Amino acid sequence: MSHSGSHQVIEVLEPGLLTTVQDTGRYGYQRFGVPVSGAMDPFSLRAANVLAGNDQNSACLEMTVVGPRLRFLEDTLIAVTGADLAVSLDGERVHRWQAVHVAKGSVLTSDGMVDGMRAYLAVDGGIDVPQVMGSRSTYMTSRIGGLKGRPLKSGDVISMMPSDPSHRHDERALPEDLEPVHYGHSHVIRAIVGPQASAFTQGALETLFDSRYAVSNDSDRVGYRLEGPHLKHVAGADIISDGSPAGAIQVPADGMPIVLMADRGPTGGYAKIATVISTDLGRLAQARPGDTISFKQVSVAQANSALLEQEAILYSLDPELLSRAPEAVVRALQASDGAPSPALRETELPHLETRVAQATIEGQTVAVEIMIERD
Amino acid sequence: MFETPHISEAGDRALVVDLGDTIDPETNDRVRSLMLAVEGMDVPGISDLVPSYRSLLIAYDPTLTDHDKLVDIVTLADANLDAAQIDSPRVVTLPTLYGGERGPDLDYVAERAGISVAEVIDLHSCVDYRVYMIGFAPGFPYLGGLSEKLATPRLSTPRIRIPAGSVGIAEAQTGVYPSASPGGWQLIGRTPVPLFEPDRQPPSLVVAGDYIKFSAIGTEVEYKAIQAAVATGEYQLEVALVEPNAPDSVPAPARDDV
Repeated sequence: MSHSGSHQVIEVLEPGLLTTVQDTGRYGYQRFGVPVSGAMDPFSLRAANVLAGNDQNSACLEMTVVGPRLRFLEDTLIAVTGADLAVSLDGERVHRWQAVHVAKGSVLTSDGMVDGMRAYLAVDGGIDVPQVMGSRSTYMTSRIGGLKGRPLKSGDVISMMPSDPSHRHDERALPEDLEPVHYGHSHVIRAIVGPQASAFTQGALETLFDSRYAVSNDSDRVGYRLEGPHLKHVAGADIISDGSPAGAIQVPADGMPIVLMADRGPTGGYAKIATVISTDLGRLAQARPGDTISFKQVSVAQANSALLEQEAILYSLDPELLSRAPEAVVRALQASDGAPSPALRETELPHLETRVAQATIEGQTVAVEIMIERD
Repeated sequence: MFETPHISEAGDRALVVDLGDTIDPETNDRVRSLMLAVEGMDVPGISDLVPSYRSLLIAYDPTLTDHDKLVDIVTLADANLDAAQIDSPRVVTLPTLYGGERGPDLDYVAERAGISVAEVIDLHSCVDYRVYMIGFAPGFPYLGGLSEKLATPRLSTPRIRIPAGSVGIAEAQTGVYPSASPGGWQLIGRTPVPLFEPDRQPPSLVVAGDYIKFSAIGTEVEYKAIQAAVATGEYQLEVALVEPNAPDSVPAPARDDV
């Protein structure tokens, strides 16, 4: 909208349930009370960008539960990653995790959640909205960033930044064995103890890592509220307000944990028992209300290995990107003989098994997932 | 205040540096100084710094740096704070129209304190309030230094919409709403000077370590004149780099449910 080369690419026919413009977030402004915001599942957003030939921090659409209906106003290249929201182009299902050509006039639709919560749509060039405090991410509460600080609505026209044709690689795709596994309905989420573990009883730590929690209906971009066994404080839940890191598991007086997500306030006044590792925070963002969460304790070193594995996958997608990769990522790749490890994410709880069964709902046969507890 | 920083892991992308376990100006000064010192070192991989009452959160990119390296840097920076060049804090004056439509709870605050409305205004505007931190909402300052006489409980039923610039009291705290929001504070006045503007650099009028002084505006006409000057960019904000006139009293810990 602001400079030459910007061009109108998308007309919004229907906005979907909650579709916002997001990039990798707004950093450097938390000291002024401004949340980081950005993609709830940053790996999926960055992968979508790299697949579409964009800078990995470019702005994409984050589509929640039910995606939008969009008309493309010119030929372009897109990539859809993250949740499976049954996205189709002119009625034909779009393969996720790969670059896809789109012809002018095509209509993209979403038929709803098949697996996961949040999908990302990257379009060649990246979304062109003004940068606010260094980011294009939407923070809805203060109406900052994105499209006038709000979710998409019908009639919006979205422009893209000019793109570099040499970055277009139609064949770019994430190797199938590296695609994030089926998200499912039970999630093992790794967490590091602290920063205020001493505000809790030893029993509370054991409870956190031994129990299963259910994702509450009140979960949103600010926080994932969990329901399950109480976590007991030693002397109350209140602390002198301090900084809230991404993924912090804060516990108010009612003993129910809340995992702080992308739109969390920069500071908070409740004790934080543990912090979800960055590799798994995006996975948690794919959990739906009612899903089961179990926490697994890891060290910072283990979290770093997990992160480097994930980064290696991203950087391996593009030789040009790889040439600019941080040293630590290059070293991790060399250690695995140049091939990123397929053991990307742990999937199911060890004592639960997921089976797919058929069910008939309102006359339609659909595949449903059921969980069976193993003996 | 702690002799040496207490540093904790806060996940794989942040660490928390605690410098004390009380709310006091000295500890908060050290937080501010440490933040500015670390910032001045231009450490690769630090993505954000979040100062609060007695603690500094350092967010980082673990592919560019690591926890142990940052612990060394913070420890070194904290040990050499005396030698570091730190700008003096600023005292920012906010012209405020007390009472009337702009401050509907002023009479109640006076009645409850058993003093006159004029005395409430005097007590509220004679102090330089320390900005301990910014949080809760963009640009919202947590202020310390309110006279104990003015401490007033929150409204039993919060208002649905409080206009931007409203100056309020909640328990032993005073503060300013930077943007319109719901809230339960007792509103005693309003300032026409915006505390937060996304397009301003920096976007927040004040930062942790600064001081805010409220100065009473006489009339609604004067309020509107300042408002008009702000809108055209002609308003000259009063900012002093002087020793603040702040009391030594320790304010009650702030809560986030504004």
